[in-house]
Amino acid sequence: MTRQTAKELTLQVLIGLSPVALGVWLAGNLQANLAARGLTSGYDFLLDPAGFAITEGPLPYQTGDSYLMAFLAGAANTLTVSIPAIALTTLFGALLGIAAISRNPLLAGVVRLYVDAARNVPLLVHVLLWYVLLLTILPDATKPFVLGPLFLSKAGLALPHPLTGEWPRLGYFGLRGGLQVSPEFTAIVMALATYSAAYCAEIVRAGLQSVPRGQWEAAHALILTRWQAIRMIVAPQALRVILPPYISLALNTIKNSSLGVAIGYPEIVSIGTTSMNQSGRAIECISIIALLYLILNIATSFTLAIVNRRVQIRER
Amino acid sequence: MYKPLLLLGAAAALLGSSLPASAGRTLDAIKQRGVVNCGVHTGRAGFALPDANGRWSGFDVDYCRALAAAVFGDAEKVKFIPTSTQTRLTALQSGEIDVLARSTTWQLSRDGSLGILWVGVNFFDGGAFLVKKAPGLDSVKKLDGATICITSGSTAEKTTADYFRASKMTFSPVVFENTDATRQAFENGRCQVIGNDYAALSITRVTELKNPDDYAVLPELITKEPLGPVVRRGDDEWFSIARWTLYAMIEAEELGLTKANVDTFRTGSSSPEVKRFLGIGEDLGKHLGLERDWAYKIVKQVGNYGESFEANLGEGSRFKIPRGRMKLWTDGGLVYAPPFR
Repeated sequence: MTRQTAKELTLQVLIGLSPVALGVWLAGNLQANLAARGLTSGYDFLLDPAGFAITEGPLPYQTGDSYLMAFLAGAANTLTVSIPAIALTTLFGALLGIAAISRNPLLAGVVRLYVDAARNVPLLVHVLLWYVLLLTILPDATKPFVLGPLFLSKAGLALPHPLTGEWPRLGYFGLRGGLQVSPEFTAIVMALATYSAAYCAEIVRAGLQSVPRGQWEAAHALILTRWQAIRMIVAPQALRVILPPYISLALNTIKNSSLGVAIGYPEIVSIGTTSMNQSGRAIECISIIALLYLILNIATSFTLAIVNRRVQIRER
Repeated sequence: MYKPLLLLGAAAALLGSSLPASAGRTLDAIKQRGVVNCGVHTGRAGFALPDANGRWSGFDVDYCRALAAAVFGDAEKVKFIPTSTQTRLTALQSGEIDVLARSTTWQLSRDGSLGILWVGVNFFDGGAFLVKKAPGLDSVKKLDGATICITSGSTAEKTTADYFRASKMTFSPVVFENTDATRQAFENGRCQVIGNDYAALSITRVTELKNPDDYAVLPELITKEPLGPVVRRGDDEWFSIARWTLYAMIEAEELGLTKANVDTFRTGSSSPEVKRFLGIGEDLGKHLGLERDWAYKIVKQVGNYGESFEANLGEGSRFKIPRGRMKLWTDGGLVYAPPFR
């Protein structure tokens, strides 16, 4: 080892250690300050009964269950809105992206207008708009709008439970039983889908336009129709450009679902805030919120990265 | 994410700063600063609300002013810091405010493990429900199956779940971040009921709903919700000042001292109790590290407990909340101050 590399190595180690040292110092300070202020700290509260109720979700959470279960129910709810939101984003985004490069100026113009309008309004406004819209147009919970087996009202959508076959029945305060989809769920999914679809449309458009003109012309020479050219020649090549920013968009959509807290959808942040207030463990609850998002996003990112590897060009 | 971010800021303050070994003398810090930092509601008529000129008024605001009068002899030397339901306790724990006067329920878990202490009770409230009037809807027992809007961070989140479980009834909660969002959802018909403290609901009904007469607060109280000012743990001197400021307002009413007549009593009273309370002869202020006439200043500048209650919440206000349990012990209520001697 030369003197030069030894010096560089020492520097690297020092730089590498400094954030660790900072972290240790901050953690020590936190401990001391919490103790000085008489605050109890630690994660032991996670096993205590949470005591608050959660309206909806795929997990069978009960009022008497632990905080840990409540957090998991929150994470499950975040996934429950994120999955349909990402699916709709992809569908709308792909259609809008293809329409954006249409030779029909009216269609392309309408798409342009939509993309600009949707992208330039904050997501929170989208969420509130959908929510207020739903609550304004839908009839009162006691007088649902009936459409075959579907019951629509301010309490949301109720339908016969697909597993138990139980039908919703009308009680004093509205429908009970069956499978109920809340207006909060619908509002957050639609807001995420319409907002992210605008970004997705831009990603798809850019991807399609990145394919060299020669490819289009070659397809044309083979007397393929425009739609066939997109489907068989352009789209497979565009996918390689589209996927990396698309993955980032999907991850953003999961994180953006945290805005559900504004309209009372019980997702991770909402459950976290409630837990924080009921247990008084602010730092612990925020760290759990962060950890849950980290896990959800790393898992998503990992899955999509595998897809990405498959579509990339393999050099021969 | 904005609320958690605020909390994160407070957490960062806990992370970064280092605290002196002796849990600092709050009073010294306040004197040096020149104002009492008082945490209040972001805006609830009757308890704490700024008017068009930005001047705060309300039952909780009066307590903050009384504290400033006790410390500085000047009720105006107070800075009102609006806090949300979620951030109020963190604001107190982190030292951003010296005292929290914001309808906060005194309960064991908060008192025991959050590094805070209740000074006393200034309002004996209870959990209740606000509904739109309907035939037959006259009792909490009729709420089976209702959708209930609740504000995140309030005790109602837990007590409502407890009550319905114990009564073998079901309900669907919809939890919003603040009282405005909760009320809007109720007005839009998303839920048929709001769950909160009785006083808060009475005020919401009168001030925020379009036709107050179409709504009613159901008469039963499902829980005890004693509300009162809160201070940080670790400074017994400040705790005593905050506690005896509340008692001074109560004692003044018991002695018959009001804003209007306190000066006459000061010059003409022969009652040893009144004289001691007003700092004539014996000096009670020195036990708290305050001026001799601290209690006089409270009564002169803010008024007694009953005056503050009636003007902000009771007969002198739009809300007409009955004194009830907030009557003095001598009138059959629960309000009581230990002797001033």
